[in-house]
Amino acid sequence: MSNSGDGYMTADGRKIGGVMMEMKNITLRFGGVKAITDISFDIREGEIRAIIGPNGAGKSSMLNVISGFYVPQEGEVWFHGKKRAPMRPYQVAQQGIARTFQNIALFEGMTVLDNIMTGRLTLMKSGLAAQAMWWGRAQREETEHREKVEKIIDFLEIQHIRKTPVGRLPYGLKKRVELARALAAEPKLLLLDEPMAGMNVEEKEDMCRFILDVNDEFGTTIALIEHDMGVVMDLSDRVVVMDYGRKIGDGPPDEVRSNPEVIRAYLGVGHA
Amino acid sequence: MAAAGELTSIPALLARNVRLYGARPAWREKEFGIWQSWTWEQGAAEIRAIALGLLALGLNRGDHVAVIGRNRPALYWSMMAAQMCGAVPVPLYQDAVAEEMAYVLDHCGARFVICGDQEQVDKVIEVQAQVHHIDQVIYVDKRGMRKYDHSRMNALEDVAAEGRAGHHRFDAELDARIAELNADSTCVMLYTSGTTGKPKGVILSNRNIIETSRNTAGFDGLRPGDDVLAYLPMAWVGDFIFSVGQATWAGFCVNCPESATTMMTDLREIGPTYFFAPPRVFEGQLTQVMIRMEDAGRFKKRIFDHYMQLARRVGPAILDGKAVSFADRLAYWIGDKLVYGPLKNTLGFSRIRVGYTAGEAIGPEIFDFYRALGINLKQLYGQTEASVFITQQPDGEVRSDTVGVPSPGVELRIADNGEVFYRSPGTFVAYYKNPESTASTKDAEGWVATGDAGFFEEGTGHLRIIDRAKDVGKMADGHLFAPKYVENKLKFYPNILEAVVFGNGRDRCTAFINIDLTAVGNWAERNNIAYSSYQELAGHPRVYETIKAHVEEVNASVAQDPMLSGCQIHRFCILHKELDADDGEMTRTRKVRRNIIEQKYADLIAGLYDGAESIATETEVTYEDGRKGAIRATVRMMDAAVQAPAQRRAA
Repeated sequence: MSNSGDGYMTADGRKIGGVMMEMKNITLRFGGVKAITDISFDIREGEIRAIIGPNGAGKSSMLNVISGFYVPQEGEVWFHGKKRAPMRPYQVAQQGIARTFQNIALFEGMTVLDNIMTGRLTLMKSGLAAQAMWWGRAQREETEHREKVEKIIDFLEIQHIRKTPVGRLPYGLKKRVELARALAAEPKLLLLDEPMAGMNVEEKEDMCRFILDVNDEFGTTIALIEHDMGVVMDLSDRVVVMDYGRKIGDGPPDEVRSNPEVIRAYLGVGHA
Repeated sequence: MAAAGELTSIPALLARNVRLYGARPAWREKEFGIWQSWTWEQGAAEIRAIALGLLALGLNRGDHVAVIGRNRPALYWSMMAAQMCGAVPVPLYQDAVAEEMAYVLDHCGARFVICGDQEQVDKVIEVQAQVHHIDQVIYVDKRGMRKYDHSRMNALEDVAAEGRAGHHRFDAELDARIAELNADSTCVMLYTSGTTGKPKGVILSNRNIIETSRNTAGFDGLRPGDDVLAYLPMAWVGDFIFSVGQATWAGFCVNCPESATTMMTDLREIGPTYFFAPPRVFEGQLTQVMIRMEDAGRFKKRIFDHYMQLARRVGPAILDGKAVSFADRLAYWIGDKLVYGPLKNTLGFSRIRVGYTAGEAIGPEIFDFYRALGINLKQLYGQTEASVFITQQPDGEVRSDTVGVPSPGVELRIADNGEVFYRSPGTFVAYYKNPESTASTKDAEGWVATGDAGFFEEGTGHLRIIDRAKDVGKMADGHLFAPKYVENKLKFYPNILEAVVFGNGRDRCTAFINIDLTAVGNWAERNNIAYSSYQELAGHPRVYETIKAHVEEVNASVAQDPMLSGCQIHRFCILHKELDADDGEMTRTRKVRRNIIEQKYADLIAGLYDGAESIATETEVTYEDGRKGAIRATVRMMDAAVQAPAQRRAA
């Protein structure tokens, strides 16, 4: 299967590959309400792709379509050159898609380490019985997975909270743990739902650095939704702008910033 | 000097250790959640590979190699590798901002800079705009470094790999350079943090470091099998002596924590046998223990209180080997099983044989707490120019108010003005590119002025330090003014983090106070006092009342000393921000810079003396990334009661 297009070079010299995922004329309805109306765009290998828009623009719905959680009434989702059929969540994970949530969804009573280990669940091969006995392959497997998890802990600089129950952590760190868990699945495509929401400036800067590092170090393709315009413009290679369920702009940050329709959507509606 | 035989350089000691202790662990570092370990043999092989790689990159004899980063085996190895090449390692403070780093890098003329990670590399690149002689940048952690211009930049791993690959080309050259090293070649250059003026580069020879290490390792019986935790800045002379000098001399193991934030966990896991910490670390740990005991159940709390009382009474005596009744020994033994043992384990002090604190005076309460638990905590007095050791306390003669007897090989004398002078095998060679300062510090006979005023205690021969000699002044009425003496008394209260006392040439003393956010914050929580920032808590009326009580207690204690009774504090204010090294108000080793504080807060000082109720002020602050901002505050001034001086001669 051939990918359309040959990719491009970013300003900082990263090479972006061919199309990884393509949305074709997606329309999503909840009863009579149209959340998404006829949207098409693509996500390329290795890029950081942002979806922005005012509140209620349909960003989160879009992310849920990408992750396979919502099945659109119209349109097609193509992934790695194949049209994607409706899937169960574990199938999505097996395809190499991982995500974080707008409202943190971690196991509060478990330690950071255990939370991140759950991210590797789909990669574990030993059976339930072997794991319960913790014998043979299960034991070896745990060591291997632990090593991978430790690399992620090191990468995200959360060594000091390795054994701390997640419930005791401040918000910014929980967000980082959630990112760690998503990374533990070794995703090819990482979906981030408002990764900086509710963070202070310093936490935002840290998160930005981690997102860039993840993209750089692991070559992970990242699609993110974000409110903070400054962050999005600095971070992403290409931006899709949505308003009232429609796409009103698509392109590199500078181009999008000067798009009159985008300016109207952001300033004209009086959205903060 | 001849006693050290042919062991006249760190590389020579390293070779000896490979022969004698080859398979013993020499370095450990916690990484990926596991303690990774290298024996002397493995470490020496790494060091040699790095040295060969540095030769391949063109490192010359006498070049300076700056080393910046947190304590990691790879950076210690880099320093030793540089020594092998006949170059001089110059460790720098890793938390220094680019501007501070620029001065030192420019002054030492470093051609090679070895960085721990991207953060340090970024600073060096920023510095390169002004400092043009940096030829090669080498980094340890590869993370985030992919996109950098690598035309004159390498990963340390690659440098070592290249060294290994090219060893046929460079072996002979490296061996020749190692053979050239002798007792007089420079071992390391360390920059003093400098309470005044620009940092000075202190040149220490192999003789300085090795003789000092030999003497002091003997003094405390350090041996292979000991463990030390390397967590203090590599740029500080103490770390170099402990983690390089003494470690290679005695052949013990240097353990590097995973990161600065995991230090306490790592301390507990390693359980060092030899430990050094500035007083604030011990204070911090004690505060943590006390806060946690407040949360314990009543039964546990009572056991703790009962046995701590016992420990305070007999613990230090047992530790010093003095006569203690059998009943007390038995009770102490039970206490050890119930309280002291588990507590020491929690703190990471289960295996400790020798612990030192220095740098600042330690509160007697804090000092006694650790001694009472059976931890052999001692004090030493030293400075960079002396390769650390000037005086230290022998086992069995330990007290909180002295700094001990002269270390082996050190001669001491007190000048007429009270300033302490020393002469020792560790006395530095010179300040780099600064003959005037060298001449004014070290006289022709090798005596060095410490800059501290002190005296020998009659009877014991222990040295007591009062204050920095230049800070000791006179009040307007002729009374002696020793600010640090009073500040230390204030800082012994857990609520007070820092204090700065003013009064030189004036008719009365006043003080700035910094509250300790951990201790006071905890108190506020217990008393349902809401606060959102340091500034708000610092200005709270009840906090002022508490601090006022502390100040008045200190006044009462100061009044007891007829010589210093003039130093009582008449008025004080709690500063609206914490004094910070990033703002230049303190040195990186957390010593207050009086001149800078006096200039910066001149309006507040004026307020303390002209009787104003409160002063509105605005202060510039520097954030960690070097950006500047300003904070505004209205700072309250408060009077404190003073006591009439004790009239001892009246009777």
